[in-house]
Amino acid sequence: MKFFGFKGGVHPPDNKAQTAKLVTEDMVSPKMVYVPMQQHIGAPLDPIVKIGERVLKGQKIADSKAFMSTTIHAPVSGVVKKIEKRVFPLMGQANTVVIENDGKDEWCELEKIENWKEASTEELLKLIREKGIVGIGGASFPTHIKLNPPKDCKIDTLLLNGAECEPYLNSDNRLMLEDPKAIVEGIKIIKKILGIDSAIIGIEENKPEAIASMKKVCEGTGIEVLPLHTKYPQGGEKQLIKAALNREVPSGKLPAAVGVVVQNTGTAAAIYRGIVLGQPLIEKIVTVSGKAIKEPKNLRVVIGTPFSELLEKCGVDREKVDKLVMGGPMMGMAQFTEDVPVIKGTGGLLALTDEETNYCKPQACISCGKCVDVCPMNLVPFMYGRLAIKEEWDNMGQYNLMDCIECGSCAYICPANRPLTEAIKIGKAKLRSMKK
Amino acid sequence: MGPSPHIRTSETVDKVMRDVIIALVPALLMAIYVFKLKAVIVTAVSVIFCMLTELVFNKIRNKDCTLHDGSAIITGLLFAFVIPVDMPIQFVIIGAIVSIALGKMLFGGLGQNIFNPALVGRAFIQASWPVAITTFSLDGMAGPTMLDAMKRSLPLGDVLIGKGNIYIQSLIGNMGGCLGETSALALLIGGLYLIYKKQIDWKMPTIIIATVFVCTYLLGAENPLAQILSGGLLLGAFFMATDMVTSPVTPKGKIIFALGIGFLISVIRMKGGYPEGTAFSILIMNGVTPLINRYTTPKKFGEVKASGK
Ligand code: SF4
Ligand code: SF4
Repeated sequence: MKFFGFKGGVHPPDNKAQTAKLVTEDMVSPKMVYVPMQQHIGAPLDPIVKIGERVLKGQKIADSKAFMSTTIHAPVSGVVKKIEKRVFPLMGQANTVVIENDGKDEWCELEKIENWKEASTEELLKLIREKGIVGIGGASFPTHIKLNPPKDCKIDTLLLNGAECEPYLNSDNRLMLEDPKAIVEGIKIIKKILGIDSAIIGIEENKPEAIASMKKVCEGTGIEVLPLHTKYPQGGEKQLIKAALNREVPSGKLPAAVGVVVQNTGTAAAIYRGIVLGQPLIEKIVTVSGKAIKEPKNLRVVIGTPFSELLEKCGVDREKVDKLVMGGPMMGMAQFTEDVPVIKGTGGLLALTDEETNYCKPQACISCGKCVDVCPMNLVPFMYGRLAIKEEWDNMGQYNLMDCIECGSCAYICPANRPLTEAIKIGKAKLRSMKK
Repeated sequence: MGPSPHIRTSETVDKVMRDVIIALVPALLMAIYVFKLKAVIVTAVSVIFCMLTELVFNKIRNKDCTLHDGSAIITGLLFAFVIPVDMPIQFVIIGAIVSIALGKMLFGGLGQNIFNPALVGRAFIQASWPVAITTFSLDGMAGPTMLDAMKRSLPLGDVLIGKGNIYIQSLIGNMGGCLGETSALALLIGGLYLIYKKQIDWKMPTIIIATVFVCTYLLGAENPLAQILSGGLLLGAFFMATDMVTSPVTPKGKIIFALGIGFLISVIRMKGGYPEGTAFSILIMNGVTPLINRYTTPKKFGEVKASGK
């Protein structure tokens, strides 16, 4: 199979060795779980449980009538103690269902379709929504919507993202090693839903064991395993499609426009577990790493577990923490408190020291052009920095600002440490509000 | 706190500038070898006055000291490199002050200037005291440079002090000329170091040099190879045209910029009144850099037909 690659990108130190070989440990669920009602792109959900009510593990506790929505389930059995606004890892506050864990791990009755080959597309999609499955990669797009592309797009390929191009993270890597069968079964289900035959799994070359593991289980299934160069942002949807299939997704369009649906490998496994085993999405593999962590680990934790518990489990040197980040260091979210829970989009928790963040005081742009060279979307990031200072938002739009995927490569490489992603984020928000 | 990314390269502006300074060392050593103590004095004076000027500007404007980034040192070195070693010391001082003041600080400091500061200084001296900047000597004997000789069809061998193969002599720099321009070999080593360190793109100097070779030949030069090895071409191509601040940012823009410089040098040398032309060519192209940047914005990813295949 041919590998095409994409233009631009950066090579940050991958820092994966600390956790690459560590078998995922099951973490004991905490006494209190905090489940935010906002864990996917789209409308927040409404709780359908009351304070004082006993819930069973896997029981649906939130839903919504909005189109862009999914569902949320109780990650443990126990009693709903509070429903209140609390900080959560994304931004601001979210309505949160607080459940006191009774430690019994009592599952509710689970709806499933063991014989999925007989089921209709509608039935499968409906169950995927009912199981609260969203994209595992971090953006948390509701999966049932993504698997239902516009009818005028002819889909021919399913592309599985096993790149895991963010430094430090190993959660996808571990899953491909520890449960490759679930991924492959999930892929089969997705192929049926999309009505297509061709599926490719792209994995970065720095995970040779995952490549070997997936190759083994894919044998005879027609699913291809494609090793990708190790380069950030190899896992960006548009970059992945370009690298694997040499197709360029038109500006402002979705991958479906070039006949491709992209899914994370972890999402495929979640689909298998949801449909065949009936398990809703209530747990995540989280890589806890960074130089301020004494014992980096890959942990399997239930959604709603506070970050503080993960940090305690792995041992954290709080004196040394310069930044606490949910997700990868390139696109993750900085946290100002440990007192927030794991959500469906949490793939990593990093406690970075200042030696790792390598912050330096911003200096004047020296027009070196490095940001232009590394931009995978072929944009001119230095212009965003300059125009944002002058508050020329309109002009930023002229320079295709909206095509930016916020990968952070430009800000990473800038020798003057210009706050480019900040300028980009503000610019985008201003442009959006101007359009309204 | 702050937005992603939460890690960044260890590369800083200071390190970029340090690499450039390191790359200029071979040329400096060769200058000292050929011109002895005089080279040391001129270079030291130029660097010191560049730094002092920047310091004064920062003080007046109440800004943090910016000397640590090393760019003033680079300007000092480059200005010393583009003037004759026998230039009266007061002119060296004036030129150094003008380089930083007019060429850089009045625009707002590093990153804001449009023209290469050292070349601004040189252009100022050239306009004010044209004789001082075209009086070259080696071992106390005044004489024409190679380019002079070529322009006036003098026998090339006469230019050289140590007789011998003119190519070898110009590689070493054993001839009259500006302080840092004469040794092609030293400049090449420094240039290759910058390319190796990824501080400059190999394309820009290569295109400039190739363009001069081809264009001077087409315009009737008898010895295009000597054109390349002499005068300020190599210094300009590797160290001045590639100045990040004053050259285009876009990949396509860099190519246009390099072609423009090569073409202008050839025309000035072959058709103009001066035997040299590198400094003015770079300054002219510096002036159109913002325009080049604007019109060479890369085609964004996804600017394709809907089929995408
Ligand atoms: S401009 Fe956007 S897409 Fe380009 S490198 Fe910067 S963050 Fe990435
Ligand atoms: S990388 Fe930084 S210094 Fe270089 S052009 Fe871009 S913004 Fe300017």
